[in-house]
Amino acid sequence: MPETWRPENADQVTEAVRWAVGEETPVDLLGAGSKAGLGYPGQAAHRIDLSGLAGINLYEPDELVLSAMAGTPLAEIEGLLRQNRQQLAFEPPDFGPLYGGAPDKQTLGGVLAANLAGPRRIKAGAARDHFLGVHAVTGRGELIKSGGRVVKNVTGYDLCKLLAGSHGTLAAMTEVTVKVLPAPEKTRTVLVFGLDDETAVRALSQAGGSPHEVSGLAHLPPEAAARSAVGYVRDAGAAVTAIRVEGPGPSVEHRCNALKTELGGFGAVEELHSHNTAALWREIRDVKPLLGLDGTALWKLSVTPMRGPAMLANLPGARLYDWAGGLIWLAAPPDTDGQAIRAAIGAEGHATLVRADDAVRQAATIFQPQPEALAALTARVKNSFDPHRVLNRGRMYREL
Amino acid sequence: MQMPAPDEKAIAQRAGLIDDLRAIVPGEGVIADAAAMRVYESDGLTAYRQMPLVVVLPETVAQVSEILKLCARRAIKVVPRGAGTSLSGGALPLADGIILGLGKFNRILDIDFDNRCATVQPGVTNLGISTAVAHAGFYYAPDPSSQIACTIGGNVAENSGGVHCLKYGLTTNNILGLEVVLITGEVLRLGGKHLDSEGYDLLGLLTGSEGLLGVVTEVTVRLLKKPETARALLLGFPSSEAAGSCVAAIIAAGIIPAGIEMMDRDAIHAAEAFCQAGYPLDVEALLIAELDGPQAEVDHLIDAVKGIAESCGAVSLRISESEAERLQFWAGRKAAFPAVGRISPDYYCMDGTIPRKKLPEVLKRMAELSSHYGLRVANVFHAGDGNLHPLILYDANEPGELEKAEDFGADILRLCVEVGGVLTGEHGVGVEKRDLMETMFSETDLNQQQRVKCAFDPDGYLNPGKVFPTLHRCAELGRMHISRGQMPFPELPRF
Repeated sequence: MPETWRPENADQVTEAVRWAVGEETPVDLLGAGSKAGLGYPGQAAHRIDLSGLAGINLYEPDELVLSAMAGTPLAEIEGLLRQNRQQLAFEPPDFGPLYGGAPDKQTLGGVLAANLAGPRRIKAGAARDHFLGVHAVTGRGELIKSGGRVVKNVTGYDLCKLLAGSHGTLAAMTEVTVKVLPAPEKTRTVLVFGLDDETAVRALSQAGGSPHEVSGLAHLPPEAAARSAVGYVRDAGAAVTAIRVEGPGPSVEHRCNALKTELGGFGAVEELHSHNTAALWREIRDVKPLLGLDGTALWKLSVTPMRGPAMLANLPGARLYDWAGGLIWLAAPPDTDGQAIRAAIGAEGHATLVRADDAVRQAATIFQPQPEALAALTARVKNSFDPHRVLNRGRMYREL
Repeated sequence: MQMPAPDEKAIAQRAGLIDDLRAIVPGEGVIADAAAMRVYESDGLTAYRQMPLVVVLPETVAQVSEILKLCARRAIKVVPRGAGTSLSGGALPLADGIILGLGKFNRILDIDFDNRCATVQPGVTNLGISTAVAHAGFYYAPDPSSQIACTIGGNVAENSGGVHCLKYGLTTNNILGLEVVLITGEVLRLGGKHLDSEGYDLLGLLTGSEGLLGVVTEVTVRLLKKPETARALLLGFPSSEAAGSCVAAIIAAGIIPAGIEMMDRDAIHAAEAFCQAGYPLDVEALLIAELDGPQAEVDHLIDAVKGIAESCGAVSLRISESEAERLQFWAGRKAAFPAVGRISPDYYCMDGTIPRKKLPEVLKRMAELSSHYGLRVANVFHAGDGNLHPLILYDANEPGELEKAEDFGADILRLCVEVGGVLTGEHGVGVEKRDLMETMFSETDLNQQQRVKCAFDPDGYLNPGKVFPTLHRCAELGRMHISRGQMPFPELPRF
């Protein structure tokens, strides 16, 4: 077992990283460890557990801003926001159960480091779009800050964007500031039944191109729909295409009715109300309908939305479409060759192996391989933060 | 403002450089004649002027790549330029550098309504994108005031905003893909029609990097369906505090308007005199709040905002009942800059952002600074997101007034940082705010930013003299002074 340190403040994180630099020995970073299964398995003999850096430092609802220590549990933050009828609009997924762990464990820093976003990504943006400011210890053992606490800020490079999705390979975040937004007053979902994948993405494209400000566009082919916990979806006996509408009450009713009329030509339509709507989009967010399919490897594909079904036509495995078809979760047989998936996508997106057995992960190329010039630039950016490659070495790319 | 001392060796190469550039870009694409170069000597920050070594206007990505390779080989600096509307001097030429103008990259390459995006060349204007997709009811959301002239490439370089970014975000939230050429001549494609980066978010890093990291040659933007309707409220208040409380109350009620603008007394009077928008002249602060979206929602929210404004002490309240009336509400705000230009020989536009609740304090101290410097200031304000645009009135023909205006402006920006805000909300650092960067960032912070620059441009050929107050050599920044040490915090529990 690696030795784990649990610093309680940014100075102690700095001290730990400096030690690692001095020894030229790698350290793995973790928050709650709920997404340790994402990326190549950690190899370092030492780990820095950032969950001791916890606590909300600033929350001003009418300024739409919240600052917290990076290790603060997301559940605590979302609880506080709920009391004030606000939310993190990018709808962070909870991958605890996806990796076989408990739900509600992850930290805010972990969500940002993985740049995860749920179904509302199409309307509200990803985690990176809500990430306003950061304090972090670089792989040089220096505490830096970037950004601020205001939304409109172009002062200097936007290093928050770079840290979002860097999986802890550039710096250990200690404190983060995010934009928060009002939670919708009302939420409903229009369901369309029985569409094949090609037709479904056309229906989703039409809804996404309507003026109805939809905030979720997903498609559950029959196999995924049958595994839903929502009765209307599970018992449909067919594919279910889902369109979410949020906002003030009268507006939601009006838009739902309009969408039912406009999409009626595609198939039978139905409307889901608040409780079932929340449950459905939570399970789509967390990829629940594809979990528990024994022995599969879970791939996350980000593609040109309308092109997904054709790209995947010859690939086996259950699938779930989100983001109007732009996000495809594929539960593929474990021996599926990542190259075949990436060849199917071509230059129109990228694929990440999100969950697989350790042996499969070790052998696979987990993140999308990059063209030579981009890979070289990626290495130079890594070196600019972490020249000795001590932080999460090999987590994203084997040699970095 | 001190620019880096021109490199005489670069200037001495001018004739050979021009020949080499003409070999890459034939015909009139290389401008070396002083009279013809004159239009490039400054950007929207007209107080600063400098003739470039030469101007080159390539038409293909291959030419851009060859030009950058040539400049790297000859050690010549490169200032990329779109329409030159920067208000921070981002496109200010260098005496020993070329201007790389992207104006000929003016084609819309692909419009894809099914996937709600468009791919365009960087020289297409911001408004040009919306115009090209308007027939199908779509638009591109960020709308900087200069949108009729400014280019999407420049918007990417500056991460431009606009009055509607409270609801729809800045440039960085509305672009999906970039093609970018590095100083090595390498051409990278980042993103595309899909969402999120497969690796480090270099697209996010490049957005707002002010031309210091690479040259953008193609942009894929997100298109949105035009809202069904938009309506605005015109609200007058007896004090800026009351207006500020009204904005806070609207947001606390869970309403995010498409835009909320505030104007102070001086700005109201200047705008009204300029274009007779029908603004009340007996108020201290004016708010324009616009709601857009589905008709049912907008009507519902207009009522809600009206109630909030009344309870916050609005002394005048009008609601647009037609598209013409909505546009009339906006006419004064949109004309605020030229309106101020008419009451003063010159004005200097600032661009700080503050936490919104600090507005009364900032306005009070700005009034004190105004009497200290003996210069008037009018304020327009993107109130929803705290982005201030104080307009300092001065006369450049009066000796010393420009310097006084600049000092006043710098004090305002220091004040923004002091109350928890930032130096620039949407205009960029450029040369204008370069020397104030240390009020917001430590040397450690700035050195790390420069190390990122080194990863892209190790010899510093791209737009030097902008953004960073002190330039360090990359080799020097790369050094580390860390020695082998004790195990960290021995007092802490280990697991």
